[in-house]
Amino acid sequence: MLALNFFRELTLVPVIIVLMIAGAIVNPVFFTSSNLINVAEGGSALGMVVVAETLILLTGKFDISLQGTFGLAALLGAWLIAPKASSGLGAELSPWLGLVIVLLVGLVVGTFNGFLVIKANFNAFIFTLAMSILLTGLQLGWLGGQTVYALPEVFIYIGAESWFGVPVSVWITVVTFAAAALFLRYHRVGRAMYAIGGNLEAARAAGIQVDRIRIGVFMVASILAAVGGLMQAGRVTAVTAGQGSNLIFGVFAAAVIGGVSLDGGRGRMVGALTGVILLSLVTNILTLSSISSTWIDAVDGAIILIALGLAKLIGTERA
Amino acid sequence: MERNSSTGPAADPAPVGEADHVSKSFGETRALVDVSLEVRPGECHGLVGRNGAGKSTLVSLLTGLSRPDRGSIRLEGQPAPGLADRGAWLARAACVYQRSMVVPPLTVAENVFLNRPTGGNDTLVHWRAMRDRAHELMLDWGFDLDVDQEAGRLTVEQRQIVEIARALSIGARLLILDEPTAALEKAAVERLFEHVKRLRSGGVGVLYISHHLEEIYEICDRVTVLRDGELVLSGRVRDVPQANLVAAMVGTAPPKRATEIEAVEKTGAAGEKRLQVDHLNVLSRAGSVDGVSLVVRAGECVGLVGLDGSGSATVADAIVGLVKPRSGTVSINGAAPRPGKVDAAFRRGVGYVPQDRHARGFAPQLGVSENLTLTVFDRFARRFGIVSFGERDTIARGLVEKLQIVAQSLGQPVSSLSGGNQQKVVVGRALAPDPSVLVAVNPTVGVDVASKEALLDALGSARDQGVAILLVSDDFEDLRICTRLIVMVRGRIAVEFASPPWDRQRLISAVEGLEVAV
Repeated sequence: MLALNFFRELTLVPVIIVLMIAGAIVNPVFFTSSNLINVAEGGSALGMVVVAETLILLTGKFDISLQGTFGLAALLGAWLIAPKASSGLGAELSPWLGLVIVLLVGLVVGTFNGFLVIKANFNAFIFTLAMSILLTGLQLGWLGGQTVYALPEVFIYIGAESWFGVPVSVWITVVTFAAAALFLRYHRVGRAMYAIGGNLEAARAAGIQVDRIRIGVFMVASILAAVGGLMQAGRVTAVTAGQGSNLIFGVFAAAVIGGVSLDGGRGRMVGALTGVILLSLVTNILTLSSISSTWIDAVDGAIILIALGLAKLIGTERA
Repeated sequence: MERNSSTGPAADPAPVGEADHVSKSFGETRALVDVSLEVRPGECHGLVGRNGAGKSTLVSLLTGLSRPDRGSIRLEGQPAPGLADRGAWLARAACVYQRSMVVPPLTVAENVFLNRPTGGNDTLVHWRAMRDRAHELMLDWGFDLDVDQEAGRLTVEQRQIVEIARALSIGARLLILDEPTAALEKAAVERLFEHVKRLRSGGVGVLYISHHLEEIYEICDRVTVLRDGELVLSGRVRDVPQANLVAAMVGTAPPKRATEIEAVEKTGAAGEKRLQVDHLNVLSRAGSVDGVSLVVRAGECVGLVGLDGSGSATVADAIVGLVKPRSGTVSINGAAPRPGKVDAAFRRGVGYVPQDRHARGFAPQLGVSENLTLTVFDRFARRFGIVSFGERDTIARGLVEKLQIVAQSLGQPVSSLSGGNQQKVVVGRALAPDPSVLVAVNPTVGVDVASKEALLDALGSARDQGVAILLVSDDFEDLRICTRLIVMVRGRIAVEFASPPWDRQRLISAVEGLEVAV
């Protein structure tokens, strides 16, 4: 039974294998280590937000504004520490303070979302959609569409450096996935999250502090999204005004094709991880192939639909 | 059910649960008035009463979901903990509600140990210890259940076991079973009784709530009857004859209809067969149906009476095509519409008043006129399906008059009407297409007296005009427009009552599942 459960989360593995073979055929460069690291690096920032969204989905809610946090947190941090010449404030605060600001923005947005969605009972969809538009708009308006660049090394470290030949961002994302998976499986609060998403009233009746946990999940998720934004900034050594735009669609796609239910209570980090890997592979292969860049979005969408169909056939997808 | 009296209380141990002269009011409604009840260890105590008698309120007091206005609750001889201390309550008293409280995506073991430490550590989940302990628990109490199964795949019976096991493992000595057999099949009921006996001999006190009085006689030691919030009878089951039990539940009826339900005397033979149901079998959570056959003729109003979960509402659902029967046929005016297709049934001339008006009755934001005519769009739709508002409003105005619907205008959103007027819209909508068969489920539930009269009058005049009506209801007031009654118990037709007037007490006995001679 348990083994069966485990395999159910891995239904995407055959799809991933097929994609890798396709990649190798499309372009021999695909199977070089530098390209594969590239795939991992490309997926790491997305992966952070997928972990975040999965945590929220498990408790039966969702948060569209994670993409706004992903952009705005990094932007505010960068703006405070960058010189005026590179679109910063010019105060050139310590880059360490910048990092704290990034996390703080995540915390503030997550707390705000959590309280209003859980305590004030706003509809999660429309509320976080509005928040997303607001945050992205702030990001654009703040700098009038400029890009903040020339960022200090400390600030871009996790997105730009490598350990043992593997980017720091990949290490962090892998560790985050593992930590989240272990937490969900072995921590009481982790199990409580499944109970909350699976049957809110039963969870409440069992004495689980359902509101506190759900708000906490919103807070943690936004912080993770902010870290993801930092990775993205480090990777391109700049924060663009559009960082994070449209990211959330990929996030939901990765989680759902990885078997995470939109109704809550069902899904695992392993599955979500396979979703991230699949999407990153698709992006990479499309880039390597000779498909015109204007067609990439359409192909991307088609492949997500196919993956959804496969997941449904194999029985992972219930949403 | 014999009980060996030598196992009786030796040193008279403290009751596992005790209500001492408790009263509770909600606003003007006095839900409980000076009720005392105790459940001793090793005892199964039956609690019966009609809907609204105060059973649920008593349960909420005994499980710490609310606090009595007067009187006190004691558990295992100790004063009850504060309402905020959920843990303390869960450790003493537990209720298995009709609504399932298991978490579907989690395993059985996890559900049993929901939100509780399983190993030495308080924050981490020790999976193996949890599984072992859950398995042990199942063995101890004789439950045959794989603890690694996902709870979402369990049957209703198995979910109950999970909830009972959860309560026992927390240490609750008072176990309340709230109509546990409502959704169970016969064999499952037997198994449940085995479990209850085992719990009893393990020193657990069971408060057993059921509408099925024969179960009280089979499994309970003592029984308490509530009526209108008051305790009207309490005693050893073997000392209470069935007739007294029923009489206690019913009480003295209003003087006018002391023992009988007045209904129309239908003279002359009924018309041709309009609705025929043959050997209907339906599997449903809301109450399965097992081999039901019935006929409704033109000009007849047949009352289908049964408790929640008896399958009476499911019969109605099957007739209009909301559920697909496992076997059996429904024919309307001599032909069988495709099973499970609502539009097919409607095209054959069925009108339908659904049970839950908020869920299926109307589109709340649309106007009175629009809702009334939802079923007859094609009648005033012109070429290319373009709706003629003038004709629509003419039809609607007729219905508003017929049912005495009180609305500011034909365009007023139905959501802003009173409950009674909303229900009139629902009934009007069903009558709009001039159905030859009308299926109505609890058509007067939750409406005021005047609306009730208006609704019943409208249905009565439809009957007189030759509509064949199947009225599914557990409200005896509704039955006054009926010409014949069919009582359902546990998915089967228990008994039929031919022509009015009907004896109230015998009807109740039949509905509650007791044998009655007709």
